[in-house]
Amino acid sequence: MNPVLSVRDLTVRYPGRSRRAAPVTAVDRVSFDVAEGETLALIGPSGSGKSSTGAAALMLRRPDGGEVHFDGRELTALDESAIRPLRPLLQPVFQDPYGSLSPRLRIRDAIAEPLRVQGRWDPKTGPDRVTHLLETVGLDPRLGDRLPHELSGGQCQRVGIARALVSEPRLLVLDEPVSALDPSVRAGVLNLLTGLQEGLGLAYLFICHDLAVVRHVAHRVAVMDGGRIVETLAATALYGRGEVHPRTRELLTSAFPRPRTTGAMR
Amino acid sequence: MTDRQLLLSVRDLHVTFPEERLTPVRGVSFDVRKGEVLALVGETGAGKSLTARAVLGMAPPTARLSGSVEFRGREILGASRAVYAGLWGRRLAFVPQDALSVLSPVHTVGDQLAAAVRSVSGTGRRAARDAAVAALEQVGIADAARRARAYPHEFSGGMRQRAVLAMAMINEPDLVVADEPTTALDPARQEQVLELLAELRESSGAAMLLVTHDLGVVAHHADRVLVLYAGRAVEAGPVADVLARPRAPYTAGLLASLPPDTPAVDRRLPAIGGAPPAPYELADLKGCAFAPRCPRADDHCRTEAPRPEPAADGHLVACHHWRELPAAPQQLFTEGTTL
Repeated sequence: MNPVLSVRDLTVRYPGRSRRAAPVTAVDRVSFDVAEGETLALIGPSGSGKSSTGAAALMLRRPDGGEVHFDGRELTALDESAIRPLRPLLQPVFQDPYGSLSPRLRIRDAIAEPLRVQGRWDPKTGPDRVTHLLETVGLDPRLGDRLPHELSGGQCQRVGIARALVSEPRLLVLDEPVSALDPSVRAGVLNLLTGLQEGLGLAYLFICHDLAVVRHVAHRVAVMDGGRIVETLAATALYGRGEVHPRTRELLTSAFPRPRTTGAMR
Repeated sequence: MTDRQLLLSVRDLHVTFPEERLTPVRGVSFDVRKGEVLALVGETGAGKSLTARAVLGMAPPTARLSGSVEFRGREILGASRAVYAGLWGRRLAFVPQDALSVLSPVHTVGDQLAAAVRSVSGTGRRAARDAAVAALEQVGIADAARRARAYPHEFSGGMRQRAVLAMAMINEPDLVVADEPTTALDPARQEQVLELLAELRESSGAAMLLVTHDLGVVAHHADRVLVLYAGRAVEAGPVADVLARPRAPYTAGLLASLPPDTPAVDRRLPAIGGAPPAPYELADLKGCAFAPRCPRADDHCRTEAPRPEPAADGHLVACHHWRELPAAPQQLFTEGTTL
């Protein structure tokens, strides 16, 4: 299958703390592919470069080296005006469900906003489309007239997903999409993402620190450490005791510690 | 004081904010015995942190408290600041989520630990200083004598949380109240800090009230668990028992929605529909707060709140229908998965 997103030797550097300090290499020659209908998870400790990789793959921040190919086109070779028409096809979903919505924009307008910005808003068909999207993400369309603070965290995250979908993307970069949500609503949002992927063939780059979630929803997993991908493996390899990179084993050991008490769960 | 093992006894605790017309804690009761770990588990707005704060005497000043909190056989709810000042540190210690909220930025870590020692005993400066360094060593801070002269901002997040553990345990309290003690840490460090807390607690024999939203933490670090939903207990009992055989539909749904520990063909998870009630919705709530999300709910549930009743040895459940639920109530949530 042709990859939707193909990243080669991606490098991101940030300026050092002072003018004389050397720049920090947050992402160091990272390469991976994400195919249609596939979820590739990025895992690794804090500061390993997961979110920087996600932002650079979306071209939200121009990489300092390497190539990003989307749908066969090399984004890194294009200037901003040539990238703009492609942006609707690559969409982010962020961790903080409230922070990613404008507090003064009604839910309907928040979902319609990307189309307005892209100059693709059609006043005849647009409102029905927003209603349809609210239903698609499992929200009562009447919530469209509310403001973000009137919604729960889980509902806001569904709005964030609807807003990403309105542009008819092919790739979503999901940066910790469920970690700010309450445990009792997490599974519902994960099911929504799974259903959308199966229905629309979306490719997901899925950044998540919860390995129980990662191995359940991802197809493949790239393990990052110190800005590099140390290993890419099938998600099923995160179950059991098979041989994995020492960094991967460390992550697994801290995520699934051996029980201290008799309380064995799951 | 018939039961000499009993350390803390909370009865019908209510926390109300009259001005906002909010009652986030609506009648919570539990006991903590000497040396045991009770986990208070629940999600945002369940009232777990406010319950812990009320026990500590650290509830927000605008909160009105009622009910009873007996600590070491003495009523302390609403006691004067002088009473709490005599308990804090030596009897009752606090481990917060955010270490910077309890460490002073203008004193060295060693000075703060030494001051904690001196606040409860007539230890001399030198001895207190030595005790501070020993405490830092005990929590695994290398080169403790030098690090004791550093300020909190010079510590990494993990080291600061270790320093806070040292501070909480330095006077060997009877009860440690830990409010999401590792939530602010990198997931890879969380288990290490919890493990350290367990070691310190076991060597001193302290009991712990552990506030968490993480059932994995409950499984590994608590003896008994109290599950809170919308300001009330829905289930309580020994951890192994509650996790292996949950009897309240909310607990069952939470456990069912966790990703399985073996590979699955279907990536969809059993899910609880809807969302927890918002705080302002609780004021006029009749019946069970979980009813709008519960597959088993009927008119009885919507009109009358269930009271906790014993379901098995030491296992309490607040649900009108717990007797009629399937042996594995998780099954309630495999159908009707919401999209």
